[in-house]
Amino acid sequence: MDLTRLPASELAELLTSKEVSSVEATRASLDRIGEADGDLHAFLHVAGDAALRRASEIDQLRADGQELGPLAGVPIAIKDVLCTVDMPSTAGSRILEGWVPPYDATVVARLRTAGMVPLGKTNMDEFAMGSSTEHSAYGPTRNPWDLERIPGGSGGGSAAAVAAFEAPVALGSDTGGSIRQPAAVTGTVGMKPTYGGVSRYGAIALASSLDQVGPVSRTVLDSALVHDVIGGHDPHDSTSLDEAWPSFADAARAGAQGRDLSGTRIGVIRELNGAGFQAGVQTRFEEAIALLETAGAEIVEVSAPHFEYAIAAYYLILPAEASSNLAKYDSVRFGLRVVPDGGATVEQVMSATRGAGFGPEVKRRIILGTYALSAGYYDAYYGSAQKVRTLIQRDFAAAFEQADVLVTPSAPTTAFKLGDKLDDPLAMYLNDITTIPANLAGVPGLGLPVGLAPEDGLPVGIQLMAPAREDARLYRVGAGLEALLHESWGAPLLDRLPADFGRHRGAAPHLAPVPGPGTEPDGGTA
Amino acid sequence: MPDEPRVITAEQVEHLANLARIALTPAEIEHLAAELGSIVENVRKVSEVATPDVPATSHPIPLSNVFRPDEVGDVLTNEQALSGAPEAYDGRFRVSAILGEEQ
Repeated sequence: MDLTRLPASELAELLTSKEVSSVEATRASLDRIGEADGDLHAFLHVAGDAALRRASEIDQLRADGQELGPLAGVPIAIKDVLCTVDMPSTAGSRILEGWVPPYDATVVARLRTAGMVPLGKTNMDEFAMGSSTEHSAYGPTRNPWDLERIPGGSGGGSAAAVAAFEAPVALGSDTGGSIRQPAAVTGTVGMKPTYGGVSRYGAIALASSLDQVGPVSRTVLDSALVHDVIGGHDPHDSTSLDEAWPSFADAARAGAQGRDLSGTRIGVIRELNGAGFQAGVQTRFEEAIALLETAGAEIVEVSAPHFEYAIAAYYLILPAEASSNLAKYDSVRFGLRVVPDGGATVEQVMSATRGAGFGPEVKRRIILGTYALSAGYYDAYYGSAQKVRTLIQRDFAAAFEQADVLVTPSAPTTAFKLGDKLDDPLAMYLNDITTIPANLAGVPGLGLPVGLAPEDGLPVGIQLMAPAREDARLYRVGAGLEALLHESWGAPLLDRLPADFGRHRGAAPHLAPVPGPGTEPDGGTA
Repeated sequence: MPDEPRVITAEQVEHLANLARIALTPAEIEHLAAELGSIVENVRKVSEVATPDVPATSHPIPLSNVFRPDEVGDVLTNEQALSGAPEAYDGRFRVSAILGEEQ
């Protein structure tokens, strides 16, 4: 039995029944990382012996008859945006190279308490700014379906690690789609919880009114299990919602067992359907909707007229908040310090450090944010963007009057090629059209695979969104859809992952997103 | 659009970079001016629908007055707080001269 192929839920059962030890499971993951990560570069740091020591402790606790959580002994990969006391936490940036934080992020502390075994830290776009992981200061991660293609971003490392069986589950963070878009292009599952549903204490901040931490996995149930571990109120995070949450794992199990969606209204958003989406993405999306209908769901069309302003609002709000959040990298308290030749004032040291330590995308967004917040521009840009946010929330409220769950393709295209959009920031930004609205409104979004696009054989994902606080609804419907899909395929999609990571594929023609409503911030020439 | 005035000039980028404390090379400044110009052209559309009657949303899920008891909590020790500092001295962060000669 290859332990790395098991979902966390099944591995957990074998651990509980002591048929498998955590050391065996952890060693299997580490061996797989050793075998695959030279190609993928999903990890920035591998815990190695430290992981095996922790696994051995868990095995001992279990042997001693201690009461352990449902995921105790299961290995997990952690996005490098999350602080870990025992591993460097760089957020993919040179400015934090080698920095080992003095405290754990709350989500990390919770998964340690639950007995999960950290395998290492995963690669990401620098400070989570990007949709391809190409903006990592430590080099890109590659997509296990085709090494010439991007694994999505910013959490490409977590998604690739899970897709390639290097880890059963991982943690990610999602500011504008950084969990859901990588899930889509790697054929994995990812959840952006309700804003405030999961603590962000110790998550290196990008845009504080948008950031959420969430699970990355190969099955809906596995995301639910991890969400149960990391979620819930944290007094260290003042944006954390102080309320009781239902068991997401129970919701996922109920959804998978019932597979009955009668009475569930599924809303297709007119503005995020059809034009602007790659043909094979649209095909698989429509098939998934047909499957939901056969399970008894009622399909309705809803309209969200202000979603076309979402990217524009997002690329004002995010840079504005990021320019403020990233002011802390000042060469004084942690991270890099660069002193110009001959010495300088602290201010000159700061500028030199930030000039040397930040990559091009981070500089671009900080400068843009500084511009959007400057006197004379504030009302026109940042102020207007916040109003658009209200309009998008109203669009969601109206849509949720008509539908219980909203669906869109998770991303406009399948994985594009490395380098394709690196020099065209606007084209990169347009990639987030489907995922950004949920962040602006704070609602949860779940991405899961719905097949391979016929034209390029690459994964396609569907995104499900529910009203704020209704995360459990997404796990129920998502697990139901997943069960129906697995039944129709006869096996999980990742069983079709090429063993050689797509080396045989050769030079497939690249499919650029077709310009049209829904992919252009202004309908112009991006 | 060679005849149209630049949306963002190199001088503006230089000023913004100074405000943001990021040392940029002349090539970076030139490149950023062009890029930011096209980004700003595209994000400007938010003003089309941001009419005076629409309230602004700064936080997706409104919360107010999140307080904690005024008690000493599980804070970092001095050593922990200084553990990542590029330079520390006598239990404090050490920096280079704060004032330049002209000040």
